[in-house]
Amino acid sequence: MSEALVVDGVRKSFGQLEVLRGVDLAVEEHEVVCLIGASGSGKSTLLRCVNLLEPIDEGRIVVEGLEITDRGVDVNRVRRRIGIVFQAYNLFPHMSVLANVTLAPRLALRMPHAQAEAEATTLLGRFGLADKRNDYPDRLSGGQQQRVAIVRALAMKPDLMLLDEVTSALDPELVAEVLEVIRELAAAGMTMLIATHEMSFARDIADRVCFLDEGVILEQGPPEQILSEPKEPRTQQFLQRIIEAGRL
Amino acid sequence: MTSAGEGRRGVTVAVLSTVVFFTLLAVAITHAPGWPEVRRTFFNWNQFKSSMPEISRAFLLNVKIFMIAEAFILVLALLLAVVRSLPGPVFFPMRALGIAYADFFRGVPTILVIALLGFGAPALQLSWVPLSTTFWGIVALILVYTAYVSEVYRAGIESVHPSQDAAARSLGLSHWQSLRKVVLPQAVRRVIPPLLNDFIGLQKDTALVGFLGSVEAFKQSQIDAAATFNYTPFVAAAVLFVALTIPLARFTDWLVLRDRRRRQAAGA
Repeated sequence: MSEALVVDGVRKSFGQLEVLRGVDLAVEEHEVVCLIGASGSGKSTLLRCVNLLEPIDEGRIVVEGLEITDRGVDVNRVRRRIGIVFQAYNLFPHMSVLANVTLAPRLALRMPHAQAEAEATTLLGRFGLADKRNDYPDRLSGGQQQRVAIVRALAMKPDLMLLDEVTSALDPELVAEVLEVIRELAAAGMTMLIATHEMSFARDIADRVCFLDEGVILEQGPPEQILSEPKEPRTQQFLQRIIEAGRL
Repeated sequence: MTSAGEGRRGVTVAVLSTVVFFTLLAVAITHAPGWPEVRRTFFNWNQFKSSMPEISRAFLLNVKIFMIAEAFILVLALLLAVVRSLPGPVFFPMRALGIAYADFFRGVPTILVIALLGFGAPALQLSWVPLSTTFWGIVALILVYTAYVSEVYRAGIESVHPSQDAAARSLGLSHWQSLRKVVLPQAVRRVIPPLLNDFIGLQKDTALVGFLGSVEAFKQSQIDAAATFNYTPFVAAAVLFVALTIPLARFTDWLVLRDRRRRQAAGA
């Protein structure tokens, strides 16, 4: 199997605060990797670095054999191959669902209008959003908005999807519909790097779970091993707190 | 949410209190010792009727100045705001220039800019420089109001959460595509009411061009007042300015409402 993503010794600071302190991670094609860890452990920052939304200070990131952190790389071209979905959906509120989904294919891929709409309609239909295509985001539930955000990222036909705590802003009863979409993507073979607080979901979907702690990957392995029999005391403490909070 | 009965009662109270308030105000003014004199010099109906046609004709010049200036201001101010929002050290000189421009033209009184340009530029006696005072008045208004309006646009741009730009960029859109399709449309919608505010200011400041000698509504009413020793022409000019402002205000309300309705409406 070839590697879809290689993160090699990545360091990132915001001012005095070093958020990533040498992260090494490899994701293989069609692999689903979940990042777990406390808030502030660097999960979101790592995802934003992989999408070049944050410049890294040290190390390198390679996507499908291309070193994207190299100087002179066309960041727009790189980002078209990497989809990211945010915790707060970040849909464009002044555009209909259909316009949200077709914007990037039309502008960044120069896809003809009709083709972009046809493909978007198919994708929306696949995720149960066909009847919402002309609605504005304000009118949708959080779960629907997040599904639209996922469809918007998929419309660019990315090689790799990054999901940044995509269910954290949702009401509990809306979490399931979004997780269902992610499950379907995993089943279809999408390579994904997922930051999540949903431990049972991680156990269910992940090929591998990585525990991030203070800017480094402290422990990784198959979900049953990391979530049930972690070796590191820090991982044990973290999971203990999760269990006490009733989230596992 | 009030019930229908409470709503009717509210309307009744509002009407009553309005009537009482304005009756008291009218009584106070008309019983002032100088009222008969004020009424003769400021509110002379015959004078109003006779000076109105000429002032109305002169007012068309105000409208023309306003329309031409506004068209330029809307575009130039947006460009200036975009220049000032450019990221990175490469664009520092352009940002600095933008800041200097906005500081200067917001700092100098409009009447001074009009006087300096209106009297100064034609005095250069360059064959390609227009001599029209109205032309230079319009240029001065464009320079001053572009500075103000660019600040309004900039506030709008900054009010769009960075996550919107991040979402657009993460989809592979360039900085310009994100600005044009995602950030600016939201920014402009949010600043429509303050934009209108500046345009009402501009509409009124067209009267300053009269200072250069262009016969617009204020200059015309000055001429009339001087000829008749009666100030009613000023009132006539004021009525015209107000009459233009009100429809503009209602139009903006309608624009804002339409946008809100469209966003909240269910898809067809």
